[in-house]
Amino acid sequence: MNDWVNWHALWQIVVLGLVCGAGLPALFAVGLVALNLSGNRVQTAGAGGGGGGATESDDSRVYGGNPVGLVAACLCFAIVLGAIGYGIYLIVASSHGS
Amino acid sequence: MTKDVIIVLVVITALGFDFTNGFHDTGNAMATSIATGALPPRVAVAISGVLNLVGAFLSLAVAATIANGLVQTADVTVTVVFAGLVGGIIWNLGTWLFGIPSSSSHALIGGVIGATIAAAGGDAIKWKGLFSKVIIPAGLSPIIALGVAAIGTWLIFRISRNLSEGTRTHGFRIGQIGSASMVSLAHGTNDAQKTMGVITLALIANGSLPSGSQAPFWVILSCALAISIGTYTGGWRVIRTLGKGLVEIDPPQGMGAESASAAIILLSSHFGYSLSTTHVATGSILGVGVGKKGADVRWNVAGRMATAWLFTLPCAALVGAGCEALAKAIHGLPGVLVALAILIAIATLVFIRARKNRVGHDNVNEEWSGSVAPEREPATV
Repeated sequence: MNDWVNWHALWQIVVLGLVCGAGLPALFAVGLVALNLSGNRVQTAGAGGGGGGATESDDSRVYGGNPVGLVAACLCFAIVLGAIGYGIYLIVASSHGS
Repeated sequence: MTKDVIIVLVVITALGFDFTNGFHDTGNAMATSIATGALPPRVAVAISGVLNLVGAFLSLAVAATIANGLVQTADVTVTVVFAGLVGGIIWNLGTWLFGIPSSSSHALIGGVIGATIAAAGGDAIKWKGLFSKVIIPAGLSPIIALGVAAIGTWLIFRISRNLSEGTRTHGFRIGQIGSASMVSLAHGTNDAQKTMGVITLALIANGSLPSGSQAPFWVILSCALAISIGTYTGGWRVIRTLGKGLVEIDPPQGMGAESASAAIILLSSHFGYSLSTTHVATGSILGVGVGKKGADVRWNVAGRMATAWLFTLPCAALVGAGCEALAKAIHGLPGVLVALAILIAIATLVFIRARKNRVGHDNVNEEWSGSVAPEREPATV
């Protein structure tokens, strides 16, 4: 341990940075893929909402129609949001607590 | 009486610095969202401004670092703080003119250090604090950000490789807005505090506050407002360099970059490091270029930025030192007024120069042609 570099803080920043900075967006991507899983029924363009032609909204639709996928996606997004919320809570608590 | 006038001028100058800090750094949070079209430019800067305001109230850990860790507070006079701020502002305006995203924190710290040396000599600087709290983190943070962003982007593309282009763009734009908002919040928690720290330093030096004080509420509020208004003004030149100059960014990359930036800035803020948001954001944007197969990273633009970063501390220090020497030579209020007049003159010149090749919300996303300002007429190469 030397006192020019705070290794303790540094490795925590690297590890937590990887978990939050790379892991959370990856989890978001997993959620997006899960949400996009196609269901059994053929999806029609009406569900997409908004304007645009049928082909366009079919191509860019986010929800694929699979209920299991929907649940998994919600779980992923909830974890991401929860982690963000917890992070903000920590920042607030640490600065006003001490 | 004179003392009161000087401290008022110093506080105003500090808020002026905070403003340039905001508008210099809008791009750190919003450049990628603007470049990918996830948000219209003016909506992006508005969101960023509001979140900076909120962020400024969230955390106060960094404010203490600036005021106490870098210089012997006993040697810091009010004019030293003033001269330091002038150094910071001039560097910020100059780099903005060239669209270089340099660190506002380094500009400020450099200015204060230069002014302190001019006033009290090199012994007044806590060199060890400067290295361990500013220079070493500044060297490490862009590298860490680059690594995290590269890994994140690689994961994102790997996981989402079977999604159609449209779905991916649509989904990640939402994620990108979320993560960019986090960066704005993080910027507020980090950067607004630096000015709070400096104003507190000046108030302590003036004897208005006891040594070791926390920032009073009016300081927190005015700093939060100044950085937020600055952010809303939008430093379009810097936004353009970050969003278009380094890498061509698509929404998944934008989200990768902003998530990495947000995580690292907030974590560092948590550990009381006064990191440069600019260094982190630039590192992240380079990282998403590295992490996506076949993406073009303009390393020459990155190299020019890195060069500017190396010069930030010493150049701002020189301006700060010169300003302090001037104020000392003329002495008292007139000295401060002369320095202020010079600052205003330089700022005016920079703004006039900037209008010649204006970058605004309407042309910020033009194709990158190797220069900050997009060409108006068809190119006459």
